[in-house]
Amino acid sequence: MRLSIPLMASAAFVIVAVACGGGPPPPPPAPVIDSAAIRDSIARAEAARRAREDSIARARAEAERMARDRAMADSIAREAARVRSMLTELVHFDYDRSNIRAEDATILDRKIAILQANPAVRITVTGHCDERGSDEYNLALGNRRALAAREYMVNRGIAADRISTASRGEEQPLDAASTESAWARNRRAEVALAAGGDQLRAPSGM
Amino acid sequence: MRSLGVALLVVGATSPLAAQDTVPPREGVRVGITYQPGIRPGMLVLGGSPSELLDSVRAIVTRDLDFSDRFEVITLPADDSLTLGVRESGEPGADFVNYRLFGALGADFAVRLRSVDGEQVSAVVYDVRQELVRREISFAVPPPDDAEFRLAVHRIADEVVRTVTGVPGVAATRLLFLRDRRVYRVDSDGAASQPLTAAGVPTFSPAWGAGGRQVVYTEFHEPGGSLFVQDVASGRRRVVPPSERGLNYTPVLSPDGRTLVFTRSGEDGTDLYSWNLADNCCLQRLTVGRFADNLSPTFSPDGRRIAYVSTRAGLPQIYVMSADGTGQELFAPFDYGVTGSSNAPEWSSDGLSVVFHRDVGGSPQIFVMDVGSRTVRQLTSAGRNEDPTWAPDGRHLAFVSDRTGSRQVWVIDLETGRVRQLTRGGEARLPAWSARID
Repeated sequence: MRLSIPLMASAAFVIVAVACGGGPPPPPPAPVIDSAAIRDSIARAEAARRAREDSIARARAEAERMARDRAMADSIAREAARVRSMLTELVHFDYDRSNIRAEDATILDRKIAILQANPAVRITVTGHCDERGSDEYNLALGNRRALAAREYMVNRGIAADRISTASRGEEQPLDAASTESAWARNRRAEVALAAGGDQLRAPSGM
Repeated sequence: MRSLGVALLVVGATSPLAAQDTVPPREGVRVGITYQPGIRPGMLVLGGSPSELLDSVRAIVTRDLDFSDRFEVITLPADDSLTLGVRESGEPGADFVNYRLFGALGADFAVRLRSVDGEQVSAVVYDVRQELVRREISFAVPPPDDAEFRLAVHRIADEVVRTVTGVPGVAATRLLFLRDRRVYRVDSDGAASQPLTAAGVPTFSPAWGAGGRQVVYTEFHEPGGSLFVQDVASGRRRVVPPSERGLNYTPVLSPDGRTLVFTRSGEDGTDLYSWNLADNCCLQRLTVGRFADNLSPTFSPDGRRIAYVSTRAGLPQIYVMSADGTGQELFAPFDYGVTGSSNAPEWSSDGLSVVFHRDVGGSPQIFVMDVGSRTVRQLTSAGRNEDPTWAPDGRHLAFVSDRTGSRQVWVIDLETGRVRQLTRGGEARLPAWSARID
């Protein structure tokens, strides 16, 4: 059966229109606009965003500050360690002698500068010997070595009460071998910090 | 023409006898006395039937008699043939003693040890040539596991020596020495060594007091060292008050035990001090060294003088002074610029000699000085030999030698030259020989 399409479509339309029983569907209702609430919530979101950004910025600043402090503390500690190792560097002696040799005088000069730059520091100097020589006599020789190192520093301006002395003779060798090099290592004066070593400052120029 | 007279210049080399200082060291121990075998009396130690107590006693006594260096000690394997050398008859004085057999064995004397009632040991000393009993002595000897057993047996040997020679032996003595930084004590025959101080606490320079019942020594602390007087039996000790601070060492007690003299090193240098131990007071400075050190004191047996070391001439040498510090003078002569350092003097208990060590060619050797004539004699020549100490018989010395490769205590007899090793094991230093222990 050949009916024309338009006739069929309009017939369908009429049929559908008659079936729904009414006119075209109604448009959606218009939204109710509460301006104040919107502005409020926008403002709150803004504030929250700003607060987040602020705290991120603060945290970043704090972290940067801590990193700077740590770096400074590290560098102070490295400096203090460097100064401490100069302060405790060993001086050595010839066999059966307690005189300060030229190369050891230079080491003592560095200690003098450090003591001058750090007025709170007090040290103990302990004299040691190699295993040769009488055991008893070596306590006296170690004492003389400690006194010689102390006298060198006192003569160059360090107050005497900042340096105390001790001796251990041949009782505490660094090297127990019986060779010339072991003996040379053992003939020494050791410097230890007795007080005021918290924040050692390097003398200028060192 | 005037004749030119030939002027004869006689140059007299007036260098005093520098003794063995200029003699190059030879191998081995060289002593001034040559040993002649056969000159000592033969001493036969009789065997007996096996018994735990007597076997120990016999072994210790035999070794002590050998170590006295006064006899040719003859021992034979313990079997019945020798026990038959003496046949007991049950009646005192009527035992059969085979003097002819003993004489044939080379004995001039014989000693028989027998146990009486289990707790007593009797020693019978026979005079082989005169074929009679010289002496029979009884000793109370505790059981072998008792701490005082060995000392009791040593006293038996000393009495046997006294019976024959008139002078008691030195077996009932002990020596102190330092090992692993602790004070050790050992019997005169090298047995029964034991520490007297705690592990982990470094000590130094031990010495005897009160007839072998007390020891005095340094205990190091940061930064110095304090002196302690310790009772050997109980281990109880007390600090010597003036030594609580500073570095104090080489303590020695006066013969009457009332005074302690010691070395102190400090900002003033190193000097000798004395302390009244009996009254617990009165520290006195005996030497004022200024640019010299004074250390290592030793009392004369009458307590009136102190020999010590001083560096007032440059190198350390041996000086002497009165016990109150006055009258300081050189003691052991030396050639300035030639003689080596001298250290560690000790006065013999008969007052006649001072032993010390002196550097010869770079190594310390033992020297003995006759106090009366101030002549000095070198006793050792090879290796390092140092820190000598007298036995109370004035003829035996203990000292430290490295001849075995590590420092150990050795004993030498000045009359025969015989040398024996006393300590073995860990390094031993700074020996001190006690008086006879009663």
